[in-house]
Amino acid sequence: MTATATAPVRRARRGLRPRTAALAATAWLLAAFFLLPYAEMVVTALRPADQLRDATYLPGGFAWSNLVKVWTDSTLGANLQVTLLVAAGSTVLVLLVALPAAYHTARHRFRGRTTFLLLVLVTQMFQPTSLLVGLYRQFHQLDMLNSVWTLILCNAAFNLAFAVWILTAYIGSIPVALEEAAQVDGLGRFGALRRITLPLALPGVVTALIFTFISAWNEFVMGLRLTTVPDSQPLTVGINNFVGNYTVQWNYLFAGSVVAIVPVIVLFACIERHVVSGLTAGSVK
Amino acid sequence: MTASTAVRPQPRADEPPPARPRRRPRRPRRSLADHPLPWIGPAIALIVLVVLWPVYEMVRTSTLRISTSGFVRGDAGLDKYRKLFAEPDLGAVIGWTLVWTLTVVGLTLLLSLGLAQLFHQDFPGRRITRWALIAPWAASVLMTAIGFKWMLDRTAGVLNTALTDLGLTSGPRDWLGDPATARPWMVLVAVFVSLPFTTYTLLAGLQTIPAEVYEAATVDGSGPWQTYRRITLPLLRPALLVALVINLINVFNSFPVIWGMTQGGPDSDTATTTVFAYQLMNTDIGESAAMSVVNFGLIVLLVLVFLKVSRFQEDDAR
Repeated sequence: MTATATAPVRRARRGLRPRTAALAATAWLLAAFFLLPYAEMVVTALRPADQLRDATYLPGGFAWSNLVKVWTDSTLGANLQVTLLVAAGSTVLVLLVALPAAYHTARHRFRGRTTFLLLVLVTQMFQPTSLLVGLYRQFHQLDMLNSVWTLILCNAAFNLAFAVWILTAYIGSIPVALEEAAQVDGLGRFGALRRITLPLALPGVVTALIFTFISAWNEFVMGLRLTTVPDSQPLTVGINNFVGNYTVQWNYLFAGSVVAIVPVIVLFACIERHVVSGLTAGSVK
Repeated sequence: MTASTAVRPQPRADEPPPARPRRRPRRPRRSLADHPLPWIGPAIALIVLVVLWPVYEMVRTSTLRISTSGFVRGDAGLDKYRKLFAEPDLGAVIGWTLVWTLTVVGLTLLLSLGLAQLFHQDFPGRRITRWALIAPWAASVLMTAIGFKWMLDRTAGVLNTALTDLGLTSGPRDWLGDPATARPWMVLVAVFVSLPFTTYTLLAGLQTIPAEVYEAATVDGSGPWQTYRRITLPLLRPALLVALVINLINVFNSFPVIWGMTQGGPDSDTATTTVFAYQLMNTDIGESAAMSVVNFGLIVLLVLVFLKVSRFQEDDAR
């Protein structure tokens, strides 16, 4: 899918010319460079405890049991559960809130439309990090620290902008005439929306969903501040807790990280192209 | 999922968004479903509750005396700001924040221009190598940062081992323990995690440049470097602008890289203003709020500049 989108000048292959070979070699080297840190995480995750602090590139053997033990010997099991709940919950919430807003904004011109889009754009730029003290005080006063709902609300709110933005773009690109024709044919207003517009906007919806899920999955700062009890902390915070310990169990730390990273990279690869176009929609013309 | 999206005829997502005048006769209002509020109300409620309210709380907290247990002890006026500006570390922290932001964003943009150019070419394995580039973007920044912290570990870090084996250092060093060596490594990691998004944004920009423009330039006898400077770079300006602003905001706010590697330490030697605000949270939340308000002001300024430059209003003049 990448190739079709990004090859403006694709020539017929006539064997490898030196220039192409050099390009390919550079690209493969760079790819290795980008993957090496993660490869080292995998290697560390599989190191037997007694070889953890050896200055060797590879351990004498792999302790596959690390990948299992980490979930039973630490709080990471509970942390993974929190992360799953938060990521799924905020994804659903974003869909419920962003889809109607995007649909209406794409299809209608109303008073305050510009203001609304501006508000959305601005939230994209205010990151949780910069508002952390306020968030902490607010949820402290609401007595909602350590609550999964707090994390769901926060993650949904800070991912709303991107979802509204990309969904508006997708729905806006679907001809209104299609919807109107369906209404004439007797589908009714919501029938047309459900049977015609939504299926056509599906790539945008999927992109927005996956993006929200990943971003909530990886969120760290809010989890760090808005939870205090180990069992109610998300996975990123649970993994970070290892570092504070007197002796860091790096193998467990990275066993947890690897399990957290792999599904996300797979999901991300699926929507790679749409994410960029979504992020840059409206600005790159 | 990849396959199915590739086959289905897709609306071009890289088209400008629909926030442009659509000249359609406005229909008379008929029912509640025509009113915008039921549609956009929930979104506004969420934004007010979780984005705007904390802004208010933050400003209010900066004017209060609050005990470490969270109990409000009274009004502090501007005392917290005075205390903040009297902080001996503050000057150094602000200085480092500036250097940090400019260095990371500058290096990221420069390297991304090269990467985007490379991955825009056609060569065997382009798709796979581009996927490798995603890893630092998809993975949690915190985990990447901790990964580098481990690779730089004094006794067992693989980077220490490799640098020693290559003869580049005389022996393992405690890179992150000394701000002079910690800072460059942190810049490297911050650039590393910023490259994918930036490169992809520039790739999206490169795609919008029609091939005919390049053909015309070749016919006119323009050399590669000249073509790049006179054609590619100017046409890439919008994408560069987006990459610049988003990176400025991200890097200025980048907490996980710094927290994961050094927690801003030793003391506040590797802290930016954001991390400094976080460190202050444990000692004096009012002062921390004051630091955050100052930070926030800077971001608002940046956003305003961006809105002005990108002429957001033009899309939807009303």
